[in-house]
Amino acid sequence: MNLTLKVWRQSNANAEGNFETYDAKDISDDMSFLEMLDVVNEQLIEKGIEPVAFDHDCREGICGMCSLFINGRAHGPLHGVTTCQLHMRSFKDGDEIVIEPWRANAFPIIKDLVVDRSAFDRIQHAGGYISVNTGAAQDANAIPVPKQNADEAFEAATCIGCGACVAACKNSSAMLFVGAKVSQYALLPQGQPEREKRVLAMVNEMDAEGFGACTNTGACSAECPKEIPLSVISRLNREYIRASLLSKD
Amino acid sequence: MTLNSKIPNGPLDKKWTDYKDHVRLVNPANKRNIDVIIIGTGLAGASAAATLAEMGYNVKAFCFQDSPRRAHSIAAQGGINAAKNYKNDGDSTFRLFYDTIKGGDYRAREANVHRLAEVSANIIDQCVAQGVPFAREYGGLLDNRSFGGVQVQRTFYAAGQTGQQLLLGAYSAMNRQIASGKVTMYNRHEMLDLVIVDGKARGIIAKNLVSGEIERHSGHAVLLASGGYGNVFFLSTNAMGSNVTAAWKAHKKGAYFANPCFTQIHPTCIPVSGDHQSKLTLMSESLRNDGRIWVPAKMEDAEALRQGAKKAIDIPEEDRDYYLERRYPSFGNLVPRDVASRAAKERCDAGFGVNKTGEAVFLDYAAAIQRYGKAEAHRKNLHDADAAKITELGKAVVKEKYGNLFDMYMQITGDNPYETPMKIYPAVHYTMGGLWVDYNLMTTIDGCYALGEANFSDHGANRLGASALMQGLADGYFVIPYTIGEYLADDIRTGAISTDHEAFDEAENKVRERIQFFMNNQGSKSVDSFHKRLGKIMWEKCGMARNEQGLKEAIEEIQALREEFWKEVKVPGKADEFNPELDKAGRVADFLELGELMCRDALNRNESCGGHFREEYQTEEGEALRNDKDYAYVAAWEYLGESAPVLHKEELNFENVKLTQRSYK
Repeated sequence: MNLTLKVWRQSNANAEGNFETYDAKDISDDMSFLEMLDVVNEQLIEKGIEPVAFDHDCREGICGMCSLFINGRAHGPLHGVTTCQLHMRSFKDGDEIVIEPWRANAFPIIKDLVVDRSAFDRIQHAGGYISVNTGAAQDANAIPVPKQNADEAFEAATCIGCGACVAACKNSSAMLFVGAKVSQYALLPQGQPEREKRVLAMVNEMDAEGFGACTNTGACSAECPKEIPLSVISRLNREYIRASLLSKD
Repeated sequence: MTLNSKIPNGPLDKKWTDYKDHVRLVNPANKRNIDVIIIGTGLAGASAAATLAEMGYNVKAFCFQDSPRRAHSIAAQGGINAAKNYKNDGDSTFRLFYDTIKGGDYRAREANVHRLAEVSANIIDQCVAQGVPFAREYGGLLDNRSFGGVQVQRTFYAAGQTGQQLLLGAYSAMNRQIASGKVTMYNRHEMLDLVIVDGKARGIIAKNLVSGEIERHSGHAVLLASGGYGNVFFLSTNAMGSNVTAAWKAHKKGAYFANPCFTQIHPTCIPVSGDHQSKLTLMSESLRNDGRIWVPAKMEDAEALRQGAKKAIDIPEEDRDYYLERRYPSFGNLVPRDVASRAAKERCDAGFGVNKTGEAVFLDYAAAIQRYGKAEAHRKNLHDADAAKITELGKAVVKEKYGNLFDMYMQITGDNPYETPMKIYPAVHYTMGGLWVDYNLMTTIDGCYALGEANFSDHGANRLGASALMQGLADGYFVIPYTIGEYLADDIRTGAISTDHEAFDEAENKVRERIQFFMNNQGSKSVDSFHKRLGKIMWEKCGMARNEQGLKEAIEEIQALREEFWKEVKVPGKADEFNPELDKAGRVADFLELGELMCRDALNRNESCGGHFREEYQTEEGEALRNDKDYAYVAAWEYLGESAPVLHKEELNFENVKLTQRSYK
């Protein structure tokens, strides 16, 4: 198939950006979206044009490095799929595809389609852990965890930190991301000792980073490639209120 | 230099305990004055960074990704082994040790492997305490599954995302130390050279991949946890950015490279679909727990499948060849990876491949769906469940166990594996070879260590499933924190290492020269075009099967390709900006050197063992034929610049296991 791409180009964080139009010719159904971009980039290099910069690494939907706002949707048209797992059979000959970076104040653009998501790391530094030194653990089976809680904690823990939730949100809120981590630990016995401290610290950092407020619209969860449920946000709200009342700090 | 593996004396099961009782310690006040550099933040790097910082060392950690959480350990699917014996099926430290040594086809060091088995149980304890949500049974206790090459259930897992959960656990432990100021994290940085001062590794030259700045970083020790080199094949299950550069730079500065030809070709990957392909995707080995692998027994059926005239469901049961169950009745579909891969290649080479390229076999879940469906109906007291209900119940169980893998398969191929068998074929997955290390995990450069997949030490010639995660975390959480003290105890009076030393000048200049070369070269061919050509040579001549003639040809072809690369490579953009093509050029330049060394190593090893299959050396039944008399050694290669590399041998002494022909029949 042959496609027309409208791609956001921006040479660095301070430069002004604009859309450029490129042709993608002889694209096969079996290609992944990023392989299609590889083909376009090879052609740009041949013509002496700088290739389009985009983040990617594992290309199997788990590292969370790929991003891209494709035709107005985070990670493209499919539900529960990262950009690297989106394949060209989802498009048809003659389509025009608009490709943009994540757009959020807390995610400044580095170049073209690459953004800086280190704000997510800093939220995790604030409290996304259980304080246990290596060697200090008891036997793994000493504390039984009800399967339902373990499964629910796992579901929340499958967040890949890609930032699609922020990109999809009209307010660029990071509540789904923070809610996922807070939920994982709140559901496990190991997470209890720091339960209040953690949620307060993480929410505090989230606000400091400039992420927007949550209005429970649900775009984040709808666009999440790992289908993190909206219930993690309600749990985050409950945990936050609970901690605000109980915290001794 | 003679290789000294520094294996402690004493009986096998006492070595590590005795070692820990007598290893030198660094007191807390002195640890505060010691800096440790760690390259890579996968399981080995992140766990080492967290633990060393907890102990009081100052850690500087580097990763090329935008966050340490993205290291490729995250993609490991199936599980992590540990000798917990929670299943009461006779598992023990010795059995895990024995299975690993045997699985590695007797080309690993006994003492290292036993230590690995000893600390395996602690890893699970540590991860659970960190909040890693492993799969659990209804009683709330941890669940296990089976993996290839063993007859016990010792694999802990978190659905098909075990690597993700373990890495996020190590990442969280590291985050706590970043918050406390004990770990300084450098994202989007790549190590481009090792700096050696007075014979000791004392720092690195790194590139800030966003700004292009070249930076100097000093430390009292440098830990390379930079992963494996499977991307030398271009197509592999590795992440796009996975590379050998950090390890290769250390090699060129004096670290011997051990057993580079030992690469693991994983049997269950999604087959190649076309020339555009950028990477291959693994389907977890755990799928072999329940899936049955087959090809048609009749050639005409295979031809009909390839032409699209028939589908898998058109082939009746009696015309299917479940070749693993046929050839290896006692292990069946759960034979080790090297055996399963070769068996698939054998069937496809014989003309029984099932997709249009002829390079695919079926992995079929129909029987498992029925089996689980019946068990589930029984559990739910549905004694009159009809066939449709049983299938529905069975699919639900399979979905719970393997749902994410099935979804991934569906995304990539467009086929629904709940309805039709998956097509799979072997692909490059893991590299058992790596930097040579002694018992302390130190390379042949003082103060330069290698951890995880970057070293060679524990998996011999073939790694068993679910052992990579175990080794990465063992090295980082439980081995290096002890062994590094032995070395750093001498450094308590050294003080901060200056980056003004001429060794830093020299290393930095070389890095700058190379970058300038790439920017100025008037070539016409892209970096990827060279990488693809290298990969093709490696796959065809140093892949699943190798022979003397092919390897000799490969060496010449790689040398010619390397020459062409330096003349013709074209790198767009500028040096002082975000420029992924420039970064890729440096990595491919290193792969072009490594590839030749792999072929030389494969040529030297006149035997077949594990993943290294030399066609000249096989039994009448086509199994790998080892030569223990002449090749029971680690081949450690020394870099000598323009001259050919020199081979050093570390003899492997087996005192606790008897070397036998590995049989899974």
